[in-house]
Amino acid sequence: MTNPLNPENYEATGLEFQAENTQSNLTFVNLGPSHPATHGTLRALCALEGETIVAAVTEIGYLHRGFEKDAEVHTYQQVIPYTDRLNYVSAIMNNVGWCKAIERMLEITIPPRAVYIRVLTSELNRIIDHLVCVGANLVDIGGLSNFWYTFNVREKVYDILEKLCGARLTSSYMRLGGVAHDLYEGFENDLKVVLKEIWQSVKQFSKLNNNKIFLNRTRNICVVPKEMAIAYGWTGPTLRASGINYDLRKEEPYYCYPDLEFEVPVGTIGDIYDRIFVRMLEIEESIHMIEQLLKKIPTGPVFTEDKRVALPPKTQTYGNIEGLMNHFKLIIHGVCPDQGEIYDVTESANGELGFYVISDGGKNPYRVKCRPPCFMNFAAYHEMIEGHLIADAIANLGSINIIAGELDR
Amino acid sequence: MSLDIFQLLKTRFGDQILESQIRFGQTEIEVSPESIAQIIEHLLTSPETQMNQLLDLVAIDYLQYPNWHGPRFSIVYLLRSLISKCRVNIRIRVAEESISVPSISKLYKNANWLEREAFDQVGIRFLGHPNLKRILNHHEFIGHPLRKDYPITRRQWLSENESLMDEMAMRLKEKGYTL
Repeated sequence: MTNPLNPENYEATGLEFQAENTQSNLTFVNLGPSHPATHGTLRALCALEGETIVAAVTEIGYLHRGFEKDAEVHTYQQVIPYTDRLNYVSAIMNNVGWCKAIERMLEITIPPRAVYIRVLTSELNRIIDHLVCVGANLVDIGGLSNFWYTFNVREKVYDILEKLCGARLTSSYMRLGGVAHDLYEGFENDLKVVLKEIWQSVKQFSKLNNNKIFLNRTRNICVVPKEMAIAYGWTGPTLRASGINYDLRKEEPYYCYPDLEFEVPVGTIGDIYDRIFVRMLEIEESIHMIEQLLKKIPTGPVFTEDKRVALPPKTQTYGNIEGLMNHFKLIIHGVCPDQGEIYDVTESANGELGFYVISDGGKNPYRVKCRPPCFMNFAAYHEMIEGHLIADAIANLGSINIIAGELDR
Repeated sequence: MSLDIFQLLKTRFGDQILESQIRFGQTEIEVSPESIAQIIEHLLTSPETQMNQLLDLVAIDYLQYPNWHGPRFSIVYLLRSLISKCRVNIRIRVAEESISVPSISKLYKNANWLEREAFDQVGIRFLGHPNLKRILNHHEFIGHPLRKDYPITRRQWLSENESLMDEMAMRLKEKGYTL
């Protein structure tokens, strides 16, 4: 008998494991790393009995590019574009997470208008993140038409973001101390039109609730009980789908979230259906939030005047020596927080996005550790799909929204 | 609440609990590395604390930190309770000579991957971990990239795919299959 542990053998002869009771042979199938349904480079090796997965192991790291090491040789501002590439579906939320951590370290408060713009663009990003997640998830289940309901409106949100900051996906819109520039003229009208369209598409989309095939494919499939979700360190919509009402925007509120009225949707049993519909309801809540924000948004500057992060106005730079020095210090040396360590969190579309940042007083961060929410989600993936069919494993992968850029960093 | 946890641990574990400080509003308690598993288990199971989530595990190399004296590495466990909704960070300091620390992979399910990441990136060895191997870097990779003496420009040629059958064998055994 050949040794199945030897990789040369298992592909050629395979099927060396036998079930204790049934004596049936197992088939080993690699799901990924480059498979259209993995939406990224993820790999799961599944042992199949018939079409049922009896055991699975996962491998990640195909998109590992050393974000944390890179951050150590860049200044604090230069890290911002790198954070875009973490969760590239909702780049602005990563920008906000990073900037908020560093600003707390520097003890800088940003002007209220900047806060509102940050929250507004974050919620807009949450909407598109959820639209992508749900739309792609339904394609994997076989409902291609739903994809267009979500992706068409997503495109329109990207049009706004492109007008706002020049880029569709990797926006780099935030700066330490505020936002890159103010909203453009006509932003509010553009947004109102798009919000209406999102609302309509969500309503149309919710008719899925009457679709028997959809319900059969998602209800009671890959159920994650509360205890398991907690033990795996889940946060965000996946945790809430398992029935735990925990949202950082409510529990540890930051920015202007306490001023907004919104509900936190919570699932009941934690199956694929719950995970999809928690996201759908969150889209509705985000629309409500953006409407409130548009009403409340104050006027004023969008950048702090704190000289540690803000470039002086050009009249100062060219007009007096302090302004000139300030300009050069910021360009050459960058931002230098005092020595210290901070862990700061924001509620991103996927869950708790945390940055553990250590400053040694120099211009570069000494050490950065990013806590990507979907790392914990994918750690549970093998356990979730065991006992289910391959087709369910695919449906489940979409529902936990794995973004490889964030997972592998 | 923050001071309470320090006092609770102090009464239970005595001089194993070294010091406590508040960094930007979060409590950080430094403990001695030998009893880290018991301390975290106590924080998880004790009804007063119930730290039921391990949010992250951060391994740090202080080799090039200015004016640094003391052990080269630190590990910070970021814990949170979904019940009392408070957070606490537990720090242990690990010297280069004694780089092994007890694993907590039995206490939290995600600790398995987080410890693998700390091993992969910084080279901390976790005693009692069921499957301590690389996770983000390729299995042929040599060295630990987040150590400060690993140059960022160093490239390595990595070619061979991993079969994953070692992990699969373990998993099948847990499921009651025999070779």
